[in-house]
Amino acid sequence: MTFTWSDLANYGPGFLNAAGIVFGITICAILVSWATGLAVALGNRSELRAVRGLAAFYVWFIRGTPTLIQIFLIYFGLPQFGLRISPFTAGFIALGLNSGAYVAEIIRSGLSAIPKGQTESALALGFSRRETMQRIILPQVCRIIVPPITNEAITTLKNTSLLSTITVVELTLYAQTIIARTYRPFEFYISAAIVYLVLTTVLSHLATRVEKRYAAMS
Amino acid sequence: MSAPLLKIRGLRKSFGETEVLKGIDLEVGQGEVVSIIGASGSGKSTFLRCINVMEMPDEGFLDFADVHFDYREGARARPTDAQLRALRARIGMVFQSYNLWPHMTVLQNITEAPVRLRGVPRREAEEEARALLARIGLLEKQDAYPSKLSGGQQQRVAIVRALAMKPEVMLFDEVTSALDPELVGEVLTLMAQLAREGMTMLLVTHEIDFAREVSSRVLFFDNGVIAEDGPPDAVLRTPRSERLRGFLARMLHRDAIDTAHGETPA
Repeated sequence: MTFTWSDLANYGPGFLNAAGIVFGITICAILVSWATGLAVALGNRSELRAVRGLAAFYVWFIRGTPTLIQIFLIYFGLPQFGLRISPFTAGFIALGLNSGAYVAEIIRSGLSAIPKGQTESALALGFSRRETMQRIILPQVCRIIVPPITNEAITTLKNTSLLSTITVVELTLYAQTIIARTYRPFEFYISAAIVYLVLTTVLSHLATRVEKRYAAMS
Repeated sequence: MSAPLLKIRGLRKSFGETEVLKGIDLEVGQGEVVSIIGASGSGKSTFLRCINVMEMPDEGFLDFADVHFDYREGARARPTDAQLRALRARIGMVFQSYNLWPHMTVLQNITEAPVRLRGVPRREAEEEARALLARIGLLEKQDAYPSKLSGGQQQRVAIVRALAMKPEVMLFDEVTSALDPELVGEVLTLMAQLAREGMTMLLVTHEIDFAREVSSRVLFFDNGVIAEDGPPDAVLRTPRSERLRGFLARMLHRDAIDTAHGETPA
């Protein structure tokens, strides 16, 4: 068996470009997932039963169905209702909504880890429930959930490879395209794997720095 | 006697099937220091928490300065959320477990409420906070996070945090119960200072000696009612009821054991 690496140089810029798309989708998806996750986690604590039910249903649905089906529902399903969106947009929305259910569970466990006295002392001073959540509780939740949130972000990054099925030319689809041309699957899949590794390592490093900054503040 | 600062009538509170407060009437005048004693489950902490409505009473009336609340179901004067917050901002409360916010420095813990709720300019709030910290000898800790402080220091900062709102009454809910014995003194000293300066205070406590020395009045809670109410000497030295005599004997016994264990071997 022979490896041919000579072609790789020709495809370098293409890989960089695909990596950029993976990174872009991941960032957008993470933002969607945090917003969704926070909304669902707070919905879980709502005084309204309907809101709690909706939040529980959301987590149940997302966790109980394959991510690929969720992506297809958004990309192929929505146009039936007249909503036509680009593969890129459909991709980050689908991954963001998917990850949001898991982020919601992470935030929920973070919320339950904050002692009740933290809320009570703020309420006793005259803060509203909303101010207490914003100023006292959520900042504390943020610091405990950095590690699980990082894991979730890495999962989202890796899940972008599923978007190859809806014609987003991210790393996986890009590698497949080249392989169809060159018949060098090992070289190009391993190259793709290495680029994924670089991206996930960058994410972990960022998280470690955030954690260290928080640790200095206590 | 001038009009009482705090007047409570017919206060009732149940948790599920259990009626914890069975109709409490109490008037507290400006500058009074009221110690509340009683066995656990007697309703004393719940009563304290009903005063600033950390627990919503089921029935009864509250008059506090110009505030009038009627807790009966469907009553016109049933407090709104905004009214509750306004009341709590005027009543300081300190808890057993300090509850300082770990993500803020000591100074931020103290200035957060005055800046956000009373609209005090940050600079001014910080000056006031530093003056309060200097008073309790913790000025050098202003930029420290609470985890770097001892329990006694944290509890004193918690008291100062409440004082920064310039409360008209202070409520203390077993504030020394979570402290190591050697740290209790510094917290009690601060509370005694406040009492001498004329702060109106209600405190739930197991420190019988402290109650005797500092309070102007002692209440004995028993089974959801105020069973005895009077000056400390009368209530603590010549208890009328068998229940209070038994309670005091048990407390005395506990203190004796504590002292025996605290003694260093010769």
